Amino acid sequence: MSTLTSSAHPHADHGHTPFLQHHFREMSQQFDAAKIGMWLFLVTEVLLFGGLFVGYGIMHARHPEAFMAAHHHLDRTLGALNTVVLLISSFTMVMSVWAAQTDRKKLLILFLLLTLMCAGVFMVVKYFEYSHKFHEGLLPGKYYSHKGDTVPGQFMFFSFYFMMTGLHGIHVLAGMVAITWLLVRAIKGHFSSEYYSPVEITGLYWHLVDLIWIYLFPLMYLIS
Amino acid sequence: MSEGVLHAGAGHAVQHADYLEEPRGLWSWLTTVDHKRIGLMYMWSVLFFFLVGGIFALLIRLELLTPRQTVMDAETYNRVFTLHGAIMTFLVIIPAIPAALGNFALPLLIGARDVAFPRLNLASLYIYWTGAAMAVATLALGGVDTGWTFYTPYSTTTGGGVSLMVLAAFVLGFSSIFTGVNFIATIHKLRAPGMGWFEMPLFAWGMYATAIIQILATPVLGITLLLIVMERVLGVGIFDPQLGGDPVLFQHFFWFYSHPAVYIMILPAMAVISEVIPTFSKKTIFGYKAIAFSSVAIALLGFLVWAHHMFVAGMSLFAGAIFSFLTFFIAVPSAIKVFNWIATMWRGSIALEAPMLHAISFLLIFTIGGLTGLFLAALSTDVHLHDTYFVVAHFHYVMAGSNLIALLAGMHYWWPKMFGRMYNRRLAAIASAIIFVGFNLTFLPQFVLGSRGMPRRYFNYLPQFQDLHVVSTVGSWVLAAGLFLTAAYLLASFRQPKGMPANPWGGRTLEWETPSPPTTHNFEGQPVLQHGPYDYRPEPAPVGVKEMAH
Repeated sequence: MSTLTSSAHPHADHGHTPFLQHHFREMSQQFDAAKIGMWLFLVTEVLLFGGLFVGYGIMHARHPEAFMAAHHHLDRTLGALNTVVLLISSFTMVMSVWAAQTDRKKLLILFLLLTLMCAGVFMVVKYFEYSHKFHEGLLPGKYYSHKGDTVPGQFMFFSFYFMMTGLHGIHVLAGMVAITWLLVRAIKGHFSSEYYSPVEITGLYWHLVDLIWIYLFPLMYLIS
Repeated sequence: MSEGVLHAGAGHAVQHADYLEEPRGLWSWLTTVDHKRIGLMYMWSVLFFFLVGGIFALLIRLELLTPRQTVMDAETYNRVFTLHGAIMTFLVIIPAIPAALGNFALPLLIGARDVAFPRLNLASLYIYWTGAAMAVATLALGGVDTGWTFYTPYSTTTGGGVSLMVLAAFVLGFSSIFTGVNFIATIHKLRAPGMGWFEMPLFAWGMYATAIIQILATPVLGITLLLIVMERVLGVGIFDPQLGGDPVLFQHFFWFYSHPAVYIMILPAMAVISEVIPTFSKKTIFGYKAIAFSSVAIALLGFLVWAHHMFVAGMSLFAGAIFSFLTFFIAVPSAIKVFNWIATMWRGSIALEAPMLHAISFLLIFTIGGLTGLFLAALSTDVHLHDTYFVVAHFHYVMAGSNLIALLAGMHYWWPKMFGRMYNRRLAAIASAIIFVGFNLTFLPQFVLGSRGMPRRYFNYLPQFQDLHVVSTVGSWVLAAGLFLTAAYLLASFRQPKGMPANPWGGRTLEWETPSPPTTHNFEGQPVLQHGPYDYRPEPAPVGVKEMAH
């Protein structure tokens, strides 16, 4: 009645890459598990932002004039620039995954570096946008102190602007940490056509960060 | 003490190193990635906070012994019931079965060596400890007096440690999400060869359904709680009517998470019961697929009913009627399970061991909790019963009673597997009866109190309610006595030598195929499924559980 078949010892069925963890039978199983895990995590991320999107939608519906007036304070050119930068970074991330899959170590390092640079540019642009708003008193909630508003209630728009772009910015920073970690491992030569799941799942995460911005940009900058 | 070996099985206590012994030392536990050790650390943490939350519960009941001030002033009372609710909800009931028993048992039940992401699993334990420390630290900031639901606008205007407490709940949410992600990936990718979806033990189905809710609902709570912090720190205005916001919006956001979270609390309990009842009835579970699918149905329906918490919060009558209608639906899959469990016991060879006694308690308590839920789902009766002790009694039946009694059932079921030791089974049977009596003595009177108009959360009350409050308070002491007795004999079991056979109860799921306690890698080699999880057809019949000596 035993349901145990003593096949190999747990450690005997390790493949030839040292990156197969002991509780997986084969690389493809480990890779699939990692992908499922990352997709599920991304679902939670969408829902986390979803709460803010719903809140924004409700408050926008209640105070349409205030939101319309407030959004003119945003710089569309900088917003558009950041959109382009993030789209490029998504492309270079895809290329990193391809480079890892096809054993092109130098290209992998190059594309990871380019992705990291784009993320850096995004954050620098964000810094200039934020400091301009701080200067003008376009701040969230009770700290809002912009002079000369003709429509009341514009602080609510900036509450959401800072919460949503701030949360997004934190995600960009987290992505930069992850890409730096990939870069270190890529230089050490860890990735190959047999083992590239960290590159792939970081890529998935990075595409989400990009995607959320693609929703944030029209919502905040282009509502008219 | 105990009657020794129940089911001889292979008949030898294997002496190779088990996961408790190897590797040694505190540091090896704190850095372990073994799901069994992580499960045990969760279990001890949850039990610790159960003790803390339980002491607060006893203080609340003591205060309510008389209609006027008894042992504490009104402000202290508000802080105590808030901490009781917050600790019990976020630190005990939500993680109790998935994080403690689930971590220990799920990989064993599906024949895996570990969960899919062992390091993430350890991280979720540390996140839990961080959140717990934050929650306890609010005491230093003067406590929290909002109630565990943190309703605005009070929570955004009152002082004390509200920000820290909601951040603690936010952090604990991450722990819950990571556990859910881990379990889904584990169930998808790490089942033993030959184990199709419908050969999985029902415990795995329950964990799967729970994980779906953890993943879909917890982020919404996370962002809602962050919005409270933002409201307090920045005055963002979303929940503040003076600034153009809407305090009731908080309730929508909060219950969109917290109602599904009720099923985070009950689905794991059902999962445990679905394992215990066939094992101690020696019968194949009745309606396997119905139980499996009803878990998933509950998980999905749970997202459609949140506004039944808000019938009197200014919703339109039409919306109320819709949510009332939807809420009735969720009783259907729950009832399917109850009928299937009873059908499983029908003409079974029932052994009244402690896990089974707790499972029978669960059936009664969950049925009372479920049926009283219908009174609250119906719009007209809810208007009368809203925010009364009827609600308090109802959610204690479904959250505290069902969840914690199922936790006890599961702990008694897997205790010999966890530690290789048996507790005193006679004392365990007595304790289960004391707990059942104490629980009902505490909470049945509260249904009556509520239907007569006793509001919840009140510090003082009218003298005509005192008799039932006294019964309830005495019940809380009986319940505590049963729980302390349980703690005593469980701890005493550690004085026994390890010597339990692999399969003391004669179960048919995979965890009983490996030694008690299991080795570090769970199984010698790769288990391959050769029969279903509840295959009790009289084959080389297991010796069977010896009757209790009474």
